[in-house]
Amino acid sequence: MINAVGRNIPDELLTNGREVFQGNNYRDGQIYTKPGPTVKAQIKPQESKLVESIREAIRLCGVKDGMTVSFHHHFRDGDYVANLVMQEIADLGIKDITIAASSMGAAHDPIGKMIEDGVVTGLQTSGIRGKMGEAVSNGKLKTPCILRSHGGRVRAIEQGEVHIDVAFIGAPTADEYGNARGKGGKSDCGVLSYAMIDAKYADKVVVITDCLVPFPNFPPSIQAVDVDYVVVVEEIGNPQKIASKAARITQDPRELMMAKECARIMAATPYFKDGFSFQTGVGGASLAVNRFIEPLMRERGIRMRWGIGGISAPMVELLEKGLIDCLVDAQDFDIDSVNSVHKNQTHYEISTSQYCNPMNKGAFVNKLDFVVLAALEIDTGFNVNVVTGSDGLLMGAPGGHPDASAGAKCSIIVTPLVRGRIPTVCERIVTVTTPGESIDVLVTDYGIAVNPRRQDLIDHMSAAGIELTTIEALKDKAYSMVGVPDDIVFHDRVVAIMEARDGTILDVVRQIKNYEV
Amino acid sequence: MKGKNRLRRTLMFVSAQTPGLVKEAYIYGADSIILDLEDAVAENQKDAARFSLYHALKTVDFMGAERIVRINGMDTPHWKEDIRAAVAGGADVIRIPKCDSAADVVAVEQYIKAVELEFNRPDAGTLIMAAMESPKAVLRAEEICTASERLVGIALSGGDFRKSMQTKYYPSGNEILAARGLLLLAARAAGVQCYDTIFSDLNDMEGFRVETVTGKEMGFDGKSVVSPRQIQVVHEVFAPSEKEMIEAERTVRAIRENAERGIGIFTLDGKMLDVAFLPGAERVLELAKASGLYKGDLV
Amino acid sequence: MEIKRMAMAGTLESSDVQITIEPGNGTIAVQIDSIVLNQYGRQIKAVVLRTLEDMGVTSANVTVVDKGALDCTIRARAECAVYRASEFEEQIPWGGVAR
Repeated sequence: MINAVGRNIPDELLTNGREVFQGNNYRDGQIYTKPGPTVKAQIKPQESKLVESIREAIRLCGVKDGMTVSFHHHFRDGDYVANLVMQEIADLGIKDITIAASSMGAAHDPIGKMIEDGVVTGLQTSGIRGKMGEAVSNGKLKTPCILRSHGGRVRAIEQGEVHIDVAFIGAPTADEYGNARGKGGKSDCGVLSYAMIDAKYADKVVVITDCLVPFPNFPPSIQAVDVDYVVVVEEIGNPQKIASKAARITQDPRELMMAKECARIMAATPYFKDGFSFQTGVGGASLAVNRFIEPLMRERGIRMRWGIGGISAPMVELLEKGLIDCLVDAQDFDIDSVNSVHKNQTHYEISTSQYCNPMNKGAFVNKLDFVVLAALEIDTGFNVNVVTGSDGLLMGAPGGHPDASAGAKCSIIVTPLVRGRIPTVCERIVTVTTPGESIDVLVTDYGIAVNPRRQDLIDHMSAAGIELTTIEALKDKAYSMVGVPDDIVFHDRVVAIMEARDGTILDVVRQIKNYEV
Repeated sequence: MKGKNRLRRTLMFVSAQTPGLVKEAYIYGADSIILDLEDAVAENQKDAARFSLYHALKTVDFMGAERIVRINGMDTPHWKEDIRAAVAGGADVIRIPKCDSAADVVAVEQYIKAVELEFNRPDAGTLIMAAMESPKAVLRAEEICTASERLVGIALSGGDFRKSMQTKYYPSGNEILAARGLLLLAARAAGVQCYDTIFSDLNDMEGFRVETVTGKEMGFDGKSVVSPRQIQVVHEVFAPSEKEMIEAERTVRAIRENAERGIGIFTLDGKMLDVAFLPGAERVLELAKASGLYKGDLV
Repeated sequence: MEIKRMAMAGTLESSDVQITIEPGNGTIAVQIDSIVLNQYGRQIKAVVLRTLEDMGVTSANVTVVDKGALDCTIRARAECAVYRASEFEEQIPWGGVAR
């Protein structure tokens, strides 16, 4: 069945009430009942929930074949927790595990092998890279991987579409009762936003830390009332990779040129006024927008009320200069943002549900004015791909991209027109991760195009003297430079399902096929 | 000659041997791109660079940026084949490195003419730019500037010049002050353009800005740059102020209107004006237009 | 043109292509390795074959290692490799055989 972004979704996937994507607001107003976890009461006074090893915790939680376990990705490429837990599960001879992670990255290459071995047969994630991406793309995973945005993941948990049997939550600090925080310790990651909902909805919750602190570890991101066991290990991650050194503004003239255009565009809209809100991706050009909005804000004498998202140094800098009232933080990308959430009183930790779940009673992104994000590919209908490479391989993360762009009044995609020989603006993108109706403006190094759905923005930009082109013209320009690419050839088999924020099916990813000239 | 006096605020060097740089060199807005066959290309890759250059000239749309080819020195076996590839590809300008005398310019001009005929481009009018690196060349700037109708301008190649002067780069610019002055005098006397030397420390953007301001104040037409990062700075420095622009606009308008009525000399805002003020005012407007400040149609 | 010896042109830098050409057995054999093989492999091969044909090369083994080069770069590297391999030392007929 063809969905609202023109993708053909195989009928065999449309069972058990699954529907194809029918527009961002299709399920607006839907009524549902949240599921509750199955909890083992702890009435008898108990001094500690410490157990001696991850293996012991797995045994006590009763992990068995076919269960679903969850992980978060606040430790990014420095994460050890998912590998430690999965290795114990594999060693115990348990199979058919479904991993429900907020994201999987380069750190999780060892799990790629477990997919081939049948230890892992299900995967639900907001990002997939490296060996895991290769394994899934090559059809090694028994069931199709389910890709969701950050908001979509929380929605699926809060609506009961995914039931977590055991949540394994790596925590930079925890007390013996399980109060856990993203702050402190040697593996400091600032916040634990992705894990908060897991702790509330999983039947069993295991906190894994490398820094045990005196009770109570307050205020906690993960509350002891939700935690079954606490394990202390040597290291939960590589601190250098968890909080990398401060994200610096790019020196690349092309990225700077595009970032400057983004700022000009923002300033040309009516939303750029005192009290506006803003989110930016961590890509070179998106991040650099922070630098270019600063002089425009000063010139107009306006302040940002709130900044949101994955936070990094440039946003913290604006907070500390007094140009932003507060930051609401669902992830920290560098050491400066980690430090800031500790010390700055108006830098707040929020849960991923608060951040961007489309089906709670209203998330932060719904009130967002601007978001600036990158793209791997964008088609002439403004649909964006951020999850598959142009060769078809799973290698990216929808993350909060579909959420922030759906919510923001003005969502800007910034990307070079071509990368190497690959056209970014093209006729047909490999996978739709963010529907075109969410995207308002495209900024490239060869010109700016506004989504024709947004005549109001076109008018504002024309009034501000910003020269515009069309996305078709940009695509033609790209093709004239690099040639028209051949369509990638896939096997028929669906290896991953890209869910829209509301759980409908936006697209499918098929098994890659070796290509011969 | 077509395009001889076009605006050349920035002349950006790009190795002709590096396809990743050549294919999009123009997007940063430099007025001229110098596709380099000389210093940026290793001795054993001179032939490969010519093939790349030829095909880049033939296929890449430089979106209005001028395409200058820096050939190898006339003391090398390469320069003639360099000119053949450049002219066959349709380059706008040939830049002669280490130009030492008027005879060098004449030899290049003769060869360009022959090659234009060979490739059936008799009206191509390929232009010439000369770069001086030695004290001897600097002292001969006057004869070099008048050696050919095709010569659009001259440049100082600071790196080598400093070496031959037993000095090195100083932030004050004292070490090349005399050379800059001589070149500017010669160029202005001959009515050709003059371009300031490169600034190689990409991390010292403030030093670069200071040197660019000095160049602008001395009267250079533009500056050679080695990275896209430097382009914006030069364009900012060379951009006229709004006041200068408005004054230039009024001047151009007044001189043209009076000329139509047969009036050669008149006063505007209490200042005596005649046709001699026209080129200067027009240049201010051209600069203003290139920097996006002037949107009118007088230039 | 006759391929007299093995010759190579181009680099492995991004947006470049390295083309190696060797004497063949009376036919043209092209082997392609490219970071954009799925999307552009067919076109890369076509450009290489057309270049060889234009230059009158009928016997050669060609190895292409592509890092995302545009057609004009592929053409430039292929022509250079052929000239080097055929030990051509006269003036290049720009716009003639090389075009």
